[in-house]
Amino acid sequence: MERKYYLKTENLTVGYGKNPLISGIEIGVKRGEILTLIGPNGAGKSTILKSIAKQLALLGGKVLLENEDMAKLSGNEVAKKLSVMLTGQIQSELMTCEDVVSSGRYPYTGTLGILSKEDRNKVWDALELVHATELASSYFDQISDGQRQRVLLARAICQEPDVIVLDEPTSFLDIRHKLELITILKQLVREKDIAVVMSLHELDLAMKVSDTIVCVNGDRIEKCGSPEDIFSGDYINQLYHMTKGSFLAEYGVVELERTVGEPTVFVIGGGGTGIATYRYLQRKGIAFAVGVLQKNDADYAIASALATKVIVADAFEPITEQQIKEAEALMDTSRYVICTLTQFGTMNQQNAKLLENAKQSGKLVELYELSEQKDIWKG
Amino acid sequence: MKHKNYIQYTVTFVLLILLLVILCVWNINAGSVSFSKADIWNILWKQSGDETAYHIIWDIRMPRIVAAMLLGGALSVSGFLLQTFFGNPIAGPFVLGISSGAKLSVALVMIWLLHTGMMTSSTVLISAAFIGSMCAMGFVLFLSKKVPNMAMLVICGVMIGYICSAITDFVVTFADDSNIVNLHNWSLGSFSGINWANVKTIAVVVCVSVVFTFMLSKPMSAYQMGEAYARNVGVNITTFRVKLILLSSLLAACVTAFAGPISFVGIAVPHLMKGMLKTTKPILMIPASFIGGAVFCLFCDLIARTVFAPIEMSISSVTAIFGAPVVIYIMMQRQKRKG
Repeated sequence: MERKYYLKTENLTVGYGKNPLISGIEIGVKRGEILTLIGPNGAGKSTILKSIAKQLALLGGKVLLENEDMAKLSGNEVAKKLSVMLTGQIQSELMTCEDVVSSGRYPYTGTLGILSKEDRNKVWDALELVHATELASSYFDQISDGQRQRVLLARAICQEPDVIVLDEPTSFLDIRHKLELITILKQLVREKDIAVVMSLHELDLAMKVSDTIVCVNGDRIEKCGSPEDIFSGDYINQLYHMTKGSFLAEYGVVELERTVGEPTVFVIGGGGTGIATYRYLQRKGIAFAVGVLQKNDADYAIASALATKVIVADAFEPITEQQIKEAEALMDTSRYVICTLTQFGTMNQQNAKLLENAKQSGKLVELYELSEQKDIWKG
Repeated sequence: MKHKNYIQYTVTFVLLILLLVILCVWNINAGSVSFSKADIWNILWKQSGDETAYHIIWDIRMPRIVAAMLLGGALSVSGFLLQTFFGNPIAGPFVLGISSGAKLSVALVMIWLLHTGMMTSSTVLISAAFIGSMCAMGFVLFLSKKVPNMAMLVICGVMIGYICSAITDFVVTFADDSNIVNLHNWSLGSFSGINWANVKTIAVVVCVSVVFTFMLSKPMSAYQMGEAYARNVGVNITTFRVKLILLSSLLAACVTAFAGPISFVGIAVPHLMKGMLKTTKPILMIPASFIGGAVFCLFCDLIARTVFAPIEMSISSVTAIFGAPVVIYIMMQRQKRKG
């Protein structure tokens, strides 16, 4: 059975003051799912998150929590259903991590906010979940960024929400802490059946962790769908208005801008063996061509992002005479040839022939030899 | 860990109460006329003894002691509220010009009343002070929207304070009345001349305000995490802020109405309490600040009265001597932490 959206927006308009920034927002997230907002800086991701989390006044439309209009719920009712983790430093003089996490119990405590035994246990459980029990009595302003994010997540968890809104939870964290935080989030979503709405800058993580991706671009929600839909083809490059380099959706990696000009080096690559060479040549500012690659080759995406020219054969098909001719022509105009292949299979006999030609013409070099050839450096 | 905390809290409170008792006794005893312990005991508990001694102790020293305690406590609670509100450890009623605003307003009302020959009552004084402090507070809040920088805000507050003080001095200088001496003393800050009727009003206003403040300790603790997190756990930020402003202004106003402007208590005491408790939890800080403020003011008043007796120093000079170094220390600590 299709589950209902836990949090949903209806024709939502968000913005600061009286200026609407984005209107007509229709997004929704179910329990046990992660919805991620991506988009360029200043596109309005934070504005949407703040509006959903009742931090900013809505300029139009509604946010529904379990089909109830959030504007009609009291602060305390919302607090028991939705918690946040925001960017920005918090003033926390003499506050221990345990104090910070305890502040999440606010909606459940009495007039004076004294924690019961049960509250204390929940604080402890939350700390355990984010692996931060050993930080309990450390001062919050004296721990590292990664630890701080985990403690803030524990705060959000011990508020016992059904949905957590996180604004760039992984920013400023190193790779290990990014992964730790995302893993905890995943675990939380699965074990506690919580819905998560967040914004991420790390596209590779967004792609892998999200159930739904929402692309925010300036004044509108440009696209919305599964990561498989969003991370395909050239769309991400458009979304971020990328002109220098590109994002390769298949691998989730970024490649820098290719070097333009007549290729001085020809690379015979394939099967993933050439990737390091392409990147090396790009880094050194050397224009190069690649051939002959089948379209389904592991090298293909990166070669076409970095090389000035790639000779392509159809997937799972042998290389044709025509393609070999093209490759030979390019080899003739190039000054050096590098071959990264060490084996040639049945489908790849033509490339073996190319290698022979290169050997005869005396253009064949190893990559390390190339670095000694001063004449090919640009400029 | 938890256990250790409770010991620390208990030790702090016991120490504060002990100091308070010692200073009370000392204050009763100290002065230009000295009494034997038996005399004091008889006067206090058996209401008997020498007429003059009875008068000095019961009508002069006792109300002064009680007023110093209540007003000192009020000032430092007011300071703690403002520090929480602005997220700034050197915010306080004096530094932000709120005391001086109250002072100006009270001076104007007093002179006007003296001029028309009407009697001044405690209620009128407090009301005037409250209006003055709210005006100064309003101005500071207006500035705080314009200048997000905390140091700038404090500088603006100090300037407001100077302007208000200058106008007060001006008015006091040109007001021709026999009461001018009193007014002059008051405008420098002093606990002298407070009678039991004043103390009753002070007690009502201060106790009610402090109890209300204590009831706010839950949203205050949420607010210490910042506005966004406070809102997320269900605090109504606007209402909360209005309450905080009203309470801190009322407390500061009450002090100014009866004792004039008293400097630095609002900053120094909460800071010292934080140092002793090693926490900023309002539920502990509010009572600790109150008792701490009482101790601090009793101590300073003792010095003001006795060091150069029979000449009395203004209480503000004494609190500044002990309070200002604390402010410098806080600023240096903050700078150090920034690296």
